Amino acid sequence: MTLLRTKRLTKHFGGVHALDGVDLSFEAGAVTALVGPNGSGKSTLINVLTGFVPMDGGHVLIGDSVVPDGVRSSDVSAYGITRTFQSVRLIGQMSVLDNILLVLTERTVWGALFERHGAFHLDSAQKTLTEVGLWEKRHELAENLSFGQRKLLEIARAISMNASVYLFDEPFAGLFPEMRTVVSRILRRLRDQGAAVVLVEHDMELIRDLADHCYVLDSGKVIASGKPADVLREPHVVEAYLGK
Amino acid sequence: MEYFVHIGILICVYGMVALSLNLVVGETGMISVAQAAFSGIGAYVTALLLLALGINFFLAVILSMLAAGAIAFLVGAIFTRLQEVYYVFGTVGFNVILYTVLLNWNSVTRGPLGIPGIPRPELFGFIFSDNHMFLGLALASLAAIYGLCTFIKNSSFGRVLHAIREDEEATSVFGYATHHYKLAVFTIAAMFTAYASGLYATYISYIDPSTFALPESIFILAMIILGGLSSTRGAVLGAFLLVILPEALRFVGFPSDIAAQMRQMTYGLVLVLLMLYRPQGILGKFRI
Ligand SMILES: Nc1ncnc2c1ncn2[C@@H]1O[C@H](COP(=O)(O)OP(=O)(O)OP(=O)(O)O)[C@@H](O)[C@H]1O
Ligand SMILES: [Mg+2]
Repeated sequence: MTLLRTKRLTKHFGGVHALDGVDLSFEAGAVTALVGPNGSGKSTLINVLTGFVPMDGGHVLIGDSVVPDGVRSSDVSAYGITRTFQSVRLIGQMSVLDNILLVLTERTVWGALFERHGAFHLDSAQKTLTEVGLWEKRHELAENLSFGQRKLLEIARAISMNASVYLFDEPFAGLFPEMRTVVSRILRRLRDQGAAVVLVEHDMELIRDLADHCYVLDSGKVIASGKPADVLREPHVVEAYLGK
Repeated sequence: MEYFVHIGILICVYGMVALSLNLVVGETGMISVAQAAFSGIGAYVTALLLLALGINFFLAVILSMLAAGAIAFLVGAIFTRLQEVYYVFGTVGFNVILYTVLLNWNSVTRGPLGIPGIPRPELFGFIFSDNHMFLGLALASLAAIYGLCTFIKNSSFGRVLHAIREDEEATSVFGYATHHYKLAVFTIAAMFTAYASGLYATYISYIDPSTFALPESIFILAMIILGGLSSTRGAVLGAFLLVILPEALRFVGFPSDIAAQMRQMTYGLVLVLLMLYRPQGILGKFRI
């Protein structure tokens, strides 16, 4: 089942074609990898899909329905989409625990005003923070964590959203091996639970290992797609990566 | 003694206004220079209702809170969608407009003549005409507003405000209609401020537009920056310090007319020194 799809998606920054007519689809219960050289448009795609950057043309489809006028960031969670950021965006002056509670508690103004987090929220936060090994650090400010811990906290925040589509922008970058194992395990679990997992990643080994499907972007265009083992062998893919 | 009671009442009134502004500036990170305008609405609506209709103070002040809240909601609906810098100038503009209205709408506000003879509050037949009793009422009011601000800060709502202050865009992607939150806190702050200045009007018994002009908004902003943004205790501390500082100058030998002029100077100086040496304020955690 296709949960999220793009049709001829376009985004220009001045003269730069960050996305140039991109058609992609992300399936439930699958890890879809997005690969491509630096500047090929991977992060821009995630930014357009989450309303951080307005699109210039094309369509985004949630399930089978077109999102009119492009995605707005405040609607993203209602579509069941969540994300992480290539460079971490946590609430730095908030505790680790509060960063997670933030996405677990009441969304409406009136509800939030009269709500204090309860045992139910704490249980849920404990579960995800334990999974990424940060429960012991729950009272630390997010900005005082190490680089890797901050990345893990961001992933914990994303999985706390209970989304159906997860957009992970280079979740492994800069992580120690034991942390990588934790992230791999989480991605597999999300896939097995039926989510569409989108993984931006440069490490081909990891992609062969984790991804069910793979798109290769270059200069804002999809230049190849298919099973990672096949796609990553194609000469023009290798060439795009290594330079001409 | 009467003098200390007077200063105590002023500290309570300014403390409440500073606490409400801290919700907007300190907790949410929206720099607002319009708090004196909402003070003005609170004071004038309370005074006019008391004098024209002779209703109970507490009813009048609640109506003035609703009026200030309604106006804040309308103004905020436009402002809170603006980007930072435009938002700040928007609030400046609003304060200037409100001051001009108070000054020129003679048939209602009596313009520069102001409104004299505002009666003291009455509760179950007891009139707060004695300043000691009034101080008690002011302290109880300050405690109530302090409690409400703490309640807001510790709620899920307060956590969202903090998140908006640091990264509004990221907050919205996790499912928060952030401008609703900004609008709500802007409105709540206007209502708390209206209460404080309604109380002030009955204490001082005479109000005129000059009390609610733009410099007053900057004065209140200076209080919370001095005390420390995003600190509930800091807001009260800032109000305390900026109320007593000019008074203290009088005690160390400045003639009283000069001391009065020095109020502007001192808080200007305090602001400059803070920005140079401690931008997060005395008890604050974050810098603008
Ligand atoms: N906000 C922006 N303003 C201007 N140009 C941008 C912006 N965001 C991205 N670009 C440009 O769009 C192109 C695609 O960038 P993008 O960040 O999507 O690449 P990427 O595939 O994520 O690269 P990397 O692997 O380095 O993260 C680049 O040329 C980049 O400079
Ligand atoms: Mg990128």
